[in-house]
Amino acid sequence: MSAPENAAAPETLSAPAVETVAAVEVAAVDKVFETRGGLVHALEGIDLTVAAGEFVSLIGPSGCGKSTLMRLVADLDAPSAGTITVFGKTPARARLDQEYGIAFQQAGLLPWRTVAANVALPLELHGATSADRKAKVAELLEMVGLADFADRYPDQLSGGMQQRVAIARSLAEQPRLLLMDEPFGALDEMTREKMQSDLVRISAETGAAVVFVTHSIPEAVFLSDRVVVMSPRPGRIREIVPMRFAGAGTAADDAGAAGPGATGGADTAARARRTEGLREDRSFFDMVTAVREALHGAPVAPGARGVETR
Amino acid sequence: MSPRTEATRRVVAPIAVGLLVLGAWQFLVSVVGVSDYLLPSPASIAEAFVASWNSIVSATIITGTNALVGLIVGSLLGIALAALAARWKAVDRMSAPVIASLAVVPIVALAPVLNSMFGADSQFGRQAIAALASFVPVFINTLRGFRQTTPVHRELMRAYAATPSQVLRTLTLPTARPFILTGIRIASSLAVISALVAEYFGGPRGGLGSLISTSAASSAYARAWAYVVASIALGLLFYLATLALERLVLRTRTTAGITSTMTTSTSTSTSSTASTSSTVSH
Repeated sequence: MSAPENAAAPETLSAPAVETVAAVEVAAVDKVFETRGGLVHALEGIDLTVAAGEFVSLIGPSGCGKSTLMRLVADLDAPSAGTITVFGKTPARARLDQEYGIAFQQAGLLPWRTVAANVALPLELHGATSADRKAKVAELLEMVGLADFADRYPDQLSGGMQQRVAIARSLAEQPRLLLMDEPFGALDEMTREKMQSDLVRISAETGAAVVFVTHSIPEAVFLSDRVVVMSPRPGRIREIVPMRFAGAGTAADDAGAAGPGATGGADTAARARRTEGLREDRSFFDMVTAVREALHGAPVAPGARGVETR
Repeated sequence: MSPRTEATRRVVAPIAVGLLVLGAWQFLVSVVGVSDYLLPSPASIAEAFVASWNSIVSATIITGTNALVGLIVGSLLGIALAALAARWKAVDRMSAPVIASLAVVPIVALAPVLNSMFGADSQFGRQAIAALASFVPVFINTLRGFRQTTPVHRELMRAYAATPSQVLRTLTLPTARPFILTGIRIASSLAVISALVAEYFGGPRGGLGSLISTSAASSAYARAWAYVVASIALGLLFYLATLALERLVLRTRTTAGITSTMTTSTSTSTSSTASTSSTVSH
């Protein structure tokens, strides 16, 4: 797994001249769609750097281009202007090299394959041997808590379980970058919170950078090191809000603020401290308020309003 | 009501209806006195069936082989061409009018043409007709099946940098599989009918269709009906065989990647597949 990378991280910190390459670098990116109704400016002047091992959420109202931005990084679409690099490569190269794992709002499992065969799909496509696949799949299913369901078919699982299979599949090749487009969007609130805690744990275990698209403020706050707040028509980055919680994550945030040299080691340590207790924490609500204000572009009365947030 | 008695009823009821109809038929002929050339009695048909058993068997084999060759060739062509049409828009546009005309032209009408093309002693014309008749439903259903892949699956394959042949093998073909099988099931009946009717238009003797027309022409009505009964049995055989194939293929879902052997899936999973396949047919 990524343990060696994490172990190497403190040295990189002490020698700032040798910076680890950023997971994602987006520079001056525009995306224009041609539709029958004319040109739609989905994204305009987007600049964003996601450090290796960093968890970044993209949040904003519908039509702000947050999914589009993620699709550009995944090379499912091409930008109209500007450049994107993923670990220093073009998105197309990164896709061909399988630098990222991806999960969508729909689990997108193949219904004629068992849970285990679905998780094995990327390994199978890239020529892993049968024994390797078997071991890896068992490990992944253990990680997402579905070891007992390996031989079931997707239609025998609940929505939350299917989504967990999809996440296991996205982790199959130990990517250094995870791209997730509202993966919990279709789940009920309780399952959703469970999945968020699982994701925090999994991303801490793997040390992968995550770009997470969501429209839920608490979800973004709970999961992220930084929350990228976007505004629609044209899609722009309005503000990037670093998450600071009492007693946790400050080191990571400082490193993140210092530049793209933020390391997986510090982030993972901060992430490991995100527990269910955080949801009740005062600083959590402060961060929720901060993101809301960034979203709405005006101060929101603190206290009573913050509680309504979901 | 227990499932067992329900199953018994499902078998017993149609048999009872069949026996009633046969009884009424026999009554009409032997008691009411409908003349034999209008309607031979079931008993005389059965008698003729037993008497000409050998020629019925050989005729069924001849016609069945023609239909089977036609079904296999037509299905393979249909699947291959549908794959091309799904892959390249141009092929789709070029083939659409041809398929449409094939679908409306009574293909059996080509029989005299094909017979004179390939000679009067060749079974090839009949097999070609059965293949053409099978081709149309297989092509149409397969093409539809190839278009059932969902955007999320296609994007997943793109994200995995899967090659076109990998996409075909792991996504497009499995998605299309129930549609292809439905097409083949529809085609199986058409193949038998076309192979049989094509024999009415000349060519070598010995098949069920030519024997029906010869027997009727020589006023051996009971024998003609015996061949008709054999034709029905042949058609049913084809239909049931393809239905069984459909059930079999859809029941064994892939566990590829972990073990290459087929899974003995639980009863719940098989019943859910069966219901999927039934909603797919149209």
